[in-house]
Amino acid sequence: MIRSEILREIAPILRDQLVVCNIGLPSQELHMIDDQPTNFYMLGTMGLASSIGLGLALSQPKTVVVIDGDGSVLTNLGTLPTIANNVADNYILLIVDNGSYGSTGDQPTYAGKKTSLAKVAEACGCENVVECRAEETGEVLQKAIDGRKMTVIVCKCESGNVKVPVITKDPVVIRDRFMQAVAS
Amino acid sequence: MSISKQIVDDFVANDIAFVTTVPCKQLGGVIEEVEARPEIYHIPSNKEDEGMGLCAGAYMGGKRPAIIMQNTAIGVTINTLVTLTQFYRMPLPMLISFRGELMEPVACQAEMAIHTKPLLQQLGIPTYHFHKQDDVRELDAILKYTFMSSKPVAILTDATFWGGY
Repeated sequence: MIRSEILREIAPILRDQLVVCNIGLPSQELHMIDDQPTNFYMLGTMGLASSIGLGLALSQPKTVVVIDGDGSVLTNLGTLPTIANNVADNYILLIVDNGSYGSTGDQPTYAGKKTSLAKVAEACGCENVVECRAEETGEVLQKAIDGRKMTVIVCKCESGNVKVPVITKDPVVIRDRFMQAVAS
Repeated sequence: MSISKQIVDDFVANDIAFVTTVPCKQLGGVIEEVEARPEIYHIPSNKEDEGMGLCAGAYMGGKRPAIIMQNTAIGVTINTLVTLTQFYRMPLPMLISFRGELMEPVACQAEMAIHTKPLLQQLGIPTYHFHKQDDVRELDAILKYTFMSSKPVAILTDATFWGGY
C-alpha cells in the first residue's frame, strides 16, 4: 500500500477528528480524498506538523491526529523529546513511513535504511509507540483514538504517489475554517 | 519588582497562556518566571522553528502563545515565520535577547547582531528595541498590538536593558 491508499482507508476515521496534515502530497491527497473543515493543511514549513498538532492538543480537549511523514519527522527530530515530555492524551502522531521524500521525487530517507523512527521515539521517552504494517493502520489508529493515550504510530508502507492537484485555498481561509471547527 | 516579573505579569495580563522557550543566558530570569506561573503552560523547545510550530497549534487551539529566544534564532526561523506565522496570519510575540550589542563578551554574537534588524525589516516584522529598563513599560501595548494585528512581532532586549552580563 502507498500513502494515498492508506489515507483513503482511514478517511472515515479522520473525519471525526482534528487533523493536522503534513506539507506537500499528504495534504494534497487528503484534501482530494475528503476535504473537511477539521483538516489543517500545511502548505509550507516542512517538519512542523507534529509540533503544530502538539500545541493544538495541549490547548484544547479534542483529539488531534497528526499525519506526518518519515522525512518530515527526520527534519524536525527534536519534536520527539518535546512530545514525550509534554504528554497530551488527545494527541496521536501517525508517521506514514514510506522510507522516502515522496513530495520531492521519492528520494530515499534514512528511515528506510538503518534508522528506526519507532525506536527513536521510544528512546526519546514516548510511552505508546506502535509500529504497524500499512494494512493495519485503520485498526491501530482507531484503537489509539479510543484508548485516549498519547500514541505515536509508525506505519511502514510502500513509496509512491498519485497525481493530485495542489491546494489553492487561501491559507487564512484554511486556518479560519479550522479554528471554527476546533471551537465548535 | 524585577524586569522578568514585570514582563511575565504583562504576558499574563494579556492572556498569554502558552509560552515556548529556547534558553539564552540573558533570558534565564524570565524563563524561570514563566516556569513559575500557573497561568502559563511552559514548553521548552529544542529549536526555535519547532517552538513556532507549537505556538501556531496553541493559537488555533484557543490559547495565546509567545516565544522567548535569542536573536541568533532569526537565522533559524525565517522560513517558519514566512510560510507559517505570516502566511496563515497568526499573532506571535517574540521576546528576543539581542546578543552582540554593547557589553557583549563573545565576538561571534556580534555577527548575527549586525543582521538582526535588517532581517526583521526585510521580513516586514514590527520590531521594538528595549535598551533602557524603562522601555519595558511599552510591553503591554506591544502585546496588545501583536494580537490586534495578527502578526509576529519582535521585542529585542539588549544587554544594557538587562543590566549587563
